[in-house]
Amino acid sequence: MIYINLFIEFFKIGLFTFGGGYAMIPLMTDTIEKNQWISSGEFTQIIAIAEMTPGPIAINSATFIGQKVAGIGGSLAATLGVAAPSLLLILFISKVFFTYSEHPLMKSIFKGIRPVVAGLVLAAGFSIAQTVLFTEADNPFHLNFVTLSAMVVLFGIMLKHKLHPIILIFIAGSLGFLSFAFF
Amino acid sequence: MYKIYWQLFKSFFKIGLFTFGGGYAMIPLIEEEIVDKKQWILKEDILDLFAISQSIPGAIAINTATLVGYKKAKKLGGIFATFGVILPSFIIISIIAAFFHQFADLAFVHAIFMGINGAVILLIFKAALKMTKLSVIDPLSGICLVLTVLLILFTNINPVFLIISGALVGLARYLVDK
Repeated sequence: MIYINLFIEFFKIGLFTFGGGYAMIPLMTDTIEKNQWISSGEFTQIIAIAEMTPGPIAINSATFIGQKVAGIGGSLAATLGVAAPSLLLILFISKVFFTYSEHPLMKSIFKGIRPVVAGLVLAAGFSIAQTVLFTEADNPFHLNFVTLSAMVVLFGIMLKHKLHPIILIFIAGSLGFLSFAFF
Repeated sequence: MYKIYWQLFKSFFKIGLFTFGGGYAMIPLIEEEIVDKKQWILKEDILDLFAISQSIPGAIAINTATLVGYKKAKKLGGIFATFGVILPSFIIISIIAAFFHQFADLAFVHAIFMGINGAVILLIFKAALKMTKLSVIDPLSGICLVLTVLLILFTNINPVFLIISGALVGLARYLVDK
């Protein structure tokens, strides 16, 4: 049955991915080819939409692929499948982790991990900025002027006011729309 | 008693709705909503939850939601937070998949997201700086941070190995201090 098949395949994808949604893309490609669910052209389109719409990429692409393959029931099966391994694993390890998290050894280990996590986020910022600002720009300057101008305006706002990230995202989206309306 | 489950669901629904991009884009929103506003988790502890969610399999977004939910209200809390973070994606994607086949090709949609990307980049850097201030407490932790950034940007190293290396540094320091 297609729903069970979708659930199992996405369960495997969730279980064997380390490092978040982007790391899932190669596994999804294999699964889709193996099962011949959708064409690679459709898959590329799905990833583009999963990246731009709200929500984590992993969930967005699982929902979308499920929907394409077997309608709303398919999207439910794929989404629950990709989320289930995390949920089960964490419910299992959390008890152990939170029981020992105050032990001096655990504290010291996490003090060692913290700068690595900060570094991972910083590196993610650099690579997203590089992709968005330079790689994806299709003009002779290879520079994404809309995003760059939005960043300059927002940076000015952020220096003066402490706004909720959601408000900043709204302002940014409006700036993007204005660039479409006027240029 | 049941209020906390509903609140976890609501907060993570909001976070899921306004996360654009991968799990990293969620970090600034979690800091704002969970740490600053609701004060469910201390700002030092949230770093450790981010560390765990990146070291275990699965999407970072789901891992983080489940962990925060569990920390606040045990198993049911984890389940409610996870469903909260999943639901907005599920609704939005189902609508797009059913009705807007050309969604990604629409020029005005593209322009809006080019603007939003600018905010996402700035918010990630802001969160990263905040985390740097909290985590760099001596020269050794500073070196670990710089090495992490360089290795991620210029090699194909798996982040999990870096997190394990960080844990070993912490373990070594514990043994030396003892």
